[in-house]
Amino acid sequence: MNRQAQGVVLLLLGGAILKASLTDMYLRYVKAGLQPFLIGAGALLVLAAAMTLWYDLRHGTTADTECADHADALPNGAVPADATPHNGTADPGGHDLSGSGHSHAGHREPRIGWLLIAPVLGLLLVAPPALGSYAAGQAGSALSSQQVSDFPALPDGDPAPISVLDYATRAIFDKGLSIGERRVQVTGFLSDNPAGGQLLTRMILSCCAADARPIKVGMNGSVPTGLPADSWVEITGTYTDQRGTDAVNGEDIPFIEVLEWRSIPAPAEQYE
Amino acid sequence: MTSVDQRPPAAPPSAPAGRPARRPLLGGRIGSVEVLAALLIVLLIFREPIAAAISTPLLQTWTTVFVSVMVQATPFLVFGVALSAVIAVFVPRSFWSKALPKHPALAVPVASCAGVVLPGCECGSVPIAGSLIRRGVTPAAALAFLLAAPAINPIVLTATAVAFPNNPEMVVARGLASIVVAMVMGWLWLRLGRQEWIRLPHRPELDDLSRWRAFWAACRHDIVHAGGFLVLGAMAAATINVLVPESVLQAVADQPVLSVLALAVLAVLLSICSEADAFVAASLSQFSLTARLAFLVVGPMVDLKLISMQAGVFGRRFAMRFAPATFVMAVLVATGVGMVLL
Repeated sequence: MNRQAQGVVLLLLGGAILKASLTDMYLRYVKAGLQPFLIGAGALLVLAAAMTLWYDLRHGTTADTECADHADALPNGAVPADATPHNGTADPGGHDLSGSGHSHAGHREPRIGWLLIAPVLGLLLVAPPALGSYAAGQAGSALSSQQVSDFPALPDGDPAPISVLDYATRAIFDKGLSIGERRVQVTGFLSDNPAGGQLLTRMILSCCAADARPIKVGMNGSVPTGLPADSWVEITGTYTDQRGTDAVNGEDIPFIEVLEWRSIPAPAEQYE
Repeated sequence: MTSVDQRPPAAPPSAPAGRPARRPLLGGRIGSVEVLAALLIVLLIFREPIAAAISTPLLQTWTTVFVSVMVQATPFLVFGVALSAVIAVFVPRSFWSKALPKHPALAVPVASCAGVVLPGCECGSVPIAGSLIRRGVTPAAALAFLLAAPAINPIVLTATAVAFPNNPEMVVARGLASIVVAMVMGWLWLRLGRQEWIRLPHRPELDDLSRWRAFWAACRHDIVHAGGFLVLGAMAAATINVLVPESVLQAVADQPVLSVLALAVLAVLLSICSEADAFVAASLSQFSLTARLAFLVVGPMVDLKLISMQAGVFGRRFAMRFAPATFVMAVLVATGVGMVLL
């Protein structure tokens, strides 16, 4: 891969990162807090690409040899570039003229750089959705990682809007005491329960989707019907002391008594 | 991938005499840029079939995990590379000989503790360590820094404290075990390491260029190089993430020795960012605290994407030796610290 192609790949990668971070798209993959860093990194990539192409045009086009794997050309291999006796005289174009690599059939370009096209394609062409019911079914409910000890009063309002994680921790670790008789409103997507029926599910994220873990809540009462897995619903309900068991890791699954539900479009931030 | 030398036929005088002039393919018109353009056009045309082909839940989950690992790691990679380019171009060589103790054995612990000031994850520290070696820092110290920085910086330790609210000793154990492993590996390198195992990618132009040009050349080179290996590692991590169901882990959780080994191997395979691994460790609640400590100590030091990046930045012969040795050392130290503290 010569220097110009590297510049183009950097431009594409920077552009893809900028596109994802300036829209809501990045929320499918990482936490909202990463946005400023993503914008900064995307801008730096675009700048690096621009400088690469500019220098290249200004100083003449050269095949990129400085990245070549000089395995068979360097004496005794090794040695950091600027510590070698290897006469790295460069022409004004930064072109390595010492002849190493050129006279060898083994002259290779940094082929690994081509792989950088993969994330560009992933972001610009495919743009995969946030993790949903399939990933949730593969992993066990992650409630026990959330060791909470104090439960503040529910937010104001009737029903009180809380997260699936908040409901599940209050239900399991506080035995529903801090919920009492209040009506709560939770939002999540539906995933199939191996034991039958559907679960209200939300993925929690601490860094990126690679560490996403599901929080699962069972439903009683007037449960949503006729919706396929991955449909988003807003549930209004009350606490019930019924418990289930996660088929994957044996974790307790709390239940909610559904009073009413409605179908909603997927929120911009699908993780909690 | 065609290797095309687009230099004008009139070779500069310093070129070896008698070197046969290379005939550019098709008059020099087919180079990497053209291949790249053609590839992108083909992909754009076949966008629909490609999207349809990966719409099964398994492949879609794989793509999401792969893209998210890349999106998560890119800022750390880019800023790490920028910092390493600053080290390579703007920090004079003499600075390092003044900042670090003269004796390599003393430079190792100093470099390990210097990791505290670099808030980032492991993707950024690989190019930085490479840059330090280029600038004359003894490899032992640079490697100690490479191992320590992602594990003991304030962000990671804070995340660990948040993830284990009922076990504050976990933070102490993690910091202590990580710094011990980093120092031991540094000293081990002094005794057993060989300079020729490390093969930094050839980068001759830096000393001859103007400073800013050298800075951008170093940035471009390192992003393309380390980034390519990061892609490879992210693909491997996404594959493991999708293919290894959690239920497999349940079976080994109750056996003390096996559970430590299982989580250490899992840390290598999952390649989770060191800022997030504490939360994953916390959720593996069926495992003992010592096993989870091994997960937290091994993860930032040895994992698929790190091995891949180390092979790219330091050479394959280095990575083949360094990664297994670090793994064994990290498991031993984590187990020892876990038995005493947890």
